[in-house]
Amino acid sequence: MGRFILRRLLISIPTLIVISFVVYAILALAPGDPLSQFAANPQVPPEVRERIREALGLNQPWYIRYVKWLQALVTGDFGFSFMSHSPVRDLIAQRLPNTLAVVGVAYVVGVLIGLPIGVLSAVKRYSPVDHSATTFAFIGISVPTFFTGLLLIIIFSVKLHWLPFIYDSNLKVHDLATFTDQIKQSIMPIMVLALADTAVLTRYVRAEMLERLPLDYVRTARAKGLRERFVIIGHVLRNSLIPVVTLVALGVPAVFGGAIVTEQIFRVPGIGELLVRSIGDDDIPVVAAIVFIFAVLVVLFNLVADILYAVLDPRIRYT
Amino acid sequence: MATRAQVQVGAIPLADAMRPARSLWKDAWHQFRRHNLAMAGVVTIAFLTLATFVGPYLWTLPINDINFGIAIQGPSATHPFGVDDLGRDLLARVLWGGRVSIAVGITAVVIAMTLGTAVGALAGYFGRLDNPLMRLTDLFLSLPILPLLLIIIFLFRDNLRALFGPEAGIFILIVVVIGILNWMPVARLVRASFLSLKQKEFVEAARTVGATDGRIILVHMLPNVLSPVLVAATIGVGAAILTESTLSFLGLGFPSDVPTWGRLLFDAQNYLDIAPHMALFPGLMIFLTVLSINYIGDGLRDALDPRKS
Repeated sequence: MGRFILRRLLISIPTLIVISFVVYAILALAPGDPLSQFAANPQVPPEVRERIREALGLNQPWYIRYVKWLQALVTGDFGFSFMSHSPVRDLIAQRLPNTLAVVGVAYVVGVLIGLPIGVLSAVKRYSPVDHSATTFAFIGISVPTFFTGLLLIIIFSVKLHWLPFIYDSNLKVHDLATFTDQIKQSIMPIMVLALADTAVLTRYVRAEMLERLPLDYVRTARAKGLRERFVIIGHVLRNSLIPVVTLVALGVPAVFGGAIVTEQIFRVPGIGELLVRSIGDDDIPVVAAIVFIFAVLVVLFNLVADILYAVLDPRIRYT
Repeated sequence: MATRAQVQVGAIPLADAMRPARSLWKDAWHQFRRHNLAMAGVVTIAFLTLATFVGPYLWTLPINDINFGIAIQGPSATHPFGVDDLGRDLLARVLWGGRVSIAVGITAVVIAMTLGTAVGALAGYFGRLDNPLMRLTDLFLSLPILPLLLIIIFLFRDNLRALFGPEAGIFILIVVVIGILNWMPVARLVRASFLSLKQKEFVEAARTVGATDGRIILVHMLPNVLSPVLVAATIGVGAAILTESTLSFLGLGFPSDVPTWGRLLFDAQNYLDIAPHMALFPGLMIFLTVLSINYIGDGLRDALDPRKS
């Protein structure tokens, strides 16, 4: 098992290198010059501009610059933000926990709701429960996260005044009152993401369960007198989870995409919100770092899925 | 096909034998019609498409007629969807926006399907291309798509606008980028089908009579993967519309004078408290369109799956 994980880890390194190259290439190919602000400035003569380029290493060929950029990236040095002039690493460190908290809690909520609904919907196929679950899943998949977000704001903040409009990032939890405030302001961003997760999960689980319910081994389990609940959970569900894990891992990029949107709507101070803002501000170092971090997160979750896959499916050899 | 074989055997009731033979597509259509929600989806999509393409000729209020006197008014007889913060008629804008959204969805999917089918077919057919192409597919699958879309559009927007004009430029950019970042699932699908099709007798037969690789791929094998690709394409249109509206919603899609559905929502989010109708109508349109497309995809999947009948 240890060797399997190690091997998978080693395989993800080239992927990450190529992704870093793609990110770098997009930024390097992009029109525009980092010194364009100086170009319009008559106080900076061309010779001085040339010397600045030299000092910044911009006159070196692109592959040298790429290797240097990559070296810095590996040591965790993302450079400095053009806007706030603080290290990009600090900016991201402040915000990453918020994103991971929202995405993580939403995922847990999604699994807690989606898994039972999917199982129930497959076991009681074509019942009213199944029909409403399938309809709910279809709606969840089809409604864009930003529309659910706006809709929730209209209903719960504007009309009912139950929940705050915008996430207050300065809120510190130190007693019960601030704790409830924190819960209140987190409910909507989390629910928006959780709705999408739940819908996808329900459909996957239902489809996989339906495929396995008529199989012979299920009949055998029933025939030897196992209780129905154990047959469903221990035999059918466990085997159904194997492909579900992969499908869920493949959906992780979409989940982080959804996080960008939710953070934008509710002004949650996460890295998605920072990304959108930095794009607007032309803050290239921050943009590059965040895109790369999203890539790392996606690769990481794929890795976790592969390991889970191996744990769940004994047929996979750890080689 | 099954019907014809049974007629030859002759061991079935006369009534069945008298029924005219049905082609695979007619069979699929017959199945599809029984899927009520998919049929409802077809009707809705047909109506929405017609409305967005013909509607602007019937509902002739201009999309850019600014009138501050009536700004953010809710739905009324003269403005059924209400007006926005600048007093522009929302029905006209929603109709116009649908045109852009649907066009983006379809064009992006055509690009993604072409790319995906080509990569999948090559990887599945030519053994030595399989590994490199599939590694490439895996790599693309682990790219963070939305962030990449955002920076690509942000960085290259101005150049393409200068080249093709403000609307065509951003259209080309969005469509191409969505297409290039979404071909991977189709490539996997086509490759998997090709791997098993390659072993079939009819492919061997075609090769024996001297068909070239290109002919075997295009004429003999591709038609066999058409149905899963069709299902993927249908669902892809919905996903592409969602992606485009997400980009516009984040302020990185079409410019503000092109009212796509996502852009309308972007404009609406600052007026949620005083003008919720600005968000509701465009949002409902996206939702209805994507929901209908997903139901059509579901119906197609059921209809084209030979295991179900």
